[in-house]
Amino acid sequence: MTTRLRTILLLTPAAAWLLAMLVLPLVVVVVFSFGERAAAGGYSAALTLENFANLGARWAAFKNTLMLAPAGTVLCLLIAYPLAYYLAVKADPKWRTLLLILVIVPFWTSILIRSYAWIYLLGGQGIPKLISTLGLGNPRLINTPFAVLIGIVYGYLPLMVFPIYVSLERLDKRLLEASADLGSPPWRSFLQVTLPLSMPGVATGCMLVFILLMGEFLIPAMLGGGKVFFVGNALVDLFLQSRNWPYGAAVAVALVVIMLVTVTAYMRFTRRWAGGRDDVSLM
Amino acid sequence: MGAESLTGADKSSIAELRGATKRFGAVVAARDINLSINRGEFLSFLGPSGCGKTTALRMLAGFEAPTEGDIYLDGQRVNDIPAHQRPVNMVFQHYALFPHLTVAENISYGLRQRRPKPPAAEIEAAVNRALETVRLPGFGPRRIWEMSGGQQQRVALARAIINEPKLLLLDEPMAALDKKLRHDMQIELQTLQRKLGITFILVTHDQEEALSMSDRICIMRDGGIVQIGSPRDLYDRPKNRYVADFVGKSNFFEGRVTSVAGDTADLQGAAGISFIGHAGAGIAVGQRAIASLRPEQISLSRGDGGVPVTVVNRIFLGEHTEYLVQNPDLGQFLILASRQAEAGEGNLEPGETGSVSWRDGAALILNND
Repeated sequence: MTTRLRTILLLTPAAAWLLAMLVLPLVVVVVFSFGERAAAGGYSAALTLENFANLGARWAAFKNTLMLAPAGTVLCLLIAYPLAYYLAVKADPKWRTLLLILVIVPFWTSILIRSYAWIYLLGGQGIPKLISTLGLGNPRLINTPFAVLIGIVYGYLPLMVFPIYVSLERLDKRLLEASADLGSPPWRSFLQVTLPLSMPGVATGCMLVFILLMGEFLIPAMLGGGKVFFVGNALVDLFLQSRNWPYGAAVAVALVVIMLVTVTAYMRFTRRWAGGRDDVSLM
Repeated sequence: MGAESLTGADKSSIAELRGATKRFGAVVAARDINLSINRGEFLSFLGPSGCGKTTALRMLAGFEAPTEGDIYLDGQRVNDIPAHQRPVNMVFQHYALFPHLTVAENISYGLRQRRPKPPAAEIEAAVNRALETVRLPGFGPRRIWEMSGGQQQRVALARAIINEPKLLLLDEPMAALDKKLRHDMQIELQTLQRKLGITFILVTHDQEEALSMSDRICIMRDGGIVQIGSPRDLYDRPKNRYVADFVGKSNFFEGRVTSVAGDTADLQGAAGISFIGHAGAGIAVGQRAIASLRPEQISLSRGDGGVPVTVVNRIFLGEHTEYLVQNPDLGQFLILASRQAEAGEGNLEPGETGSVSWRDGAALILNND
């Protein structure tokens, strides 16, 4: 009985926090999504599906999010994997810690400030000017999906590098010897042993980056300049500008549902990949 | 083994190490190893950790290239041939099975690396045969982590033998098994080796394992070979104290060599106690040496006709009893008495006194190194 009491006591703070900060607000959002906009803005009680019927009006935000979040995740993965592989397998252990720190260093500065730097770099006085000076054309970079993708990769790369690094670093090097011993050349050993065994890290990294990207609003706001906006930007607009809380709530609910569906599908997929192993967790 | 020509390998040898030396920076892991491995034999590398036995094995597998010297496989110099192109397979110390593959996928791994790839039906048939051979029929679809330690070892073995390698290298394969299972596996390995006719090379620090399984044992120390021979040779004719100590149990008594006649030497030990026996290589009159006496070569009795001793401890081992006895001049040493030998006299209890004797010629007079 005392152990049970202790369990309850230990879980109470976390449960109370989750209830007050997650469950309750979520319930409020769901309730609001069926309501009406009050005359002066905000919420007025009602039971209507009109907000959900109107979701199509924000299709552009959903489309951008659903295209750029996966694209950003894949781009992060393609850049992070070779980097993580180098750090975990090839790099001299003497330098490894220093190199890992270099990967995190950008995190020490606020994403806001770093995004301002990119505004300048991608803006008229930055890289485009350099390109036109060299006579290679007159590209427009800022306020394009490309600019948003650059911001995403820049901001989220460490979140992808670290889980992959950990899974590669833990990989038993003797398995690669066994693979060579059984007649596999190095590149095939990579495909048959290293890659599948680093999938837990890849899955974790993709999950972290994808979930955070689905809710992203700062990078599109700064580097997309109102042209390339995410659902997050639509929410800020609906709640703070037009004060249409019920419609904003419906958009938020739709986003949560989409995330639940994609994340569940993804987890199913990775679990099958890992062959139902217990030691493959997502975190 | 025949003469070792410098141009080609001996016909009867499947592999050869010629002056193979491996350095890691300033550390010499293997020192001038010369060894010719006979076709179809069961050879063991025996020695403590760091003696170079694993390095020798890894040079044969292709994981380490010798710094000096050459490695030959079936008459071909293979120094520059990478591991994945050598017709050699290894059973790794902790098996190194692929955790993301099933038992069958692990076993078929080697066949699936061949180009052109054998047909699926052929691979499946080979996997089933290999599973039969290691007595795990029907275990193909299982996952590696569902298998016990002993079963994993069989999977590792099947994964290697399915490729019909010219050499099967075994790196302390029994180290992770409990004693009973280890014994069963030793017998099984030996049977398998005879059945398959593949040359087995075992690395072990377990002398019993090496003695019971091998045709020949290669005793190693500090990266070099100390002595090569059959288990019986090594037991009866160890080259020096190190080998006598490593192969079987032995008692060592220091002294000075007083005479050498033919291959028999006389060693005068403490308090003038004399040890007469076979002289090891390089034993000369006047030098300090040791006499090695196996515990079973010493007999213990209640009377006082021999060297007086006091029983310190007694361990009952079933068919035999092991006594630890003490003599003021010789110190403590072990005696292994068979049940028959003790029958008339009754057991000596710890604290009781008796006397020990050994027949002339029982001792081995060896260099103390």
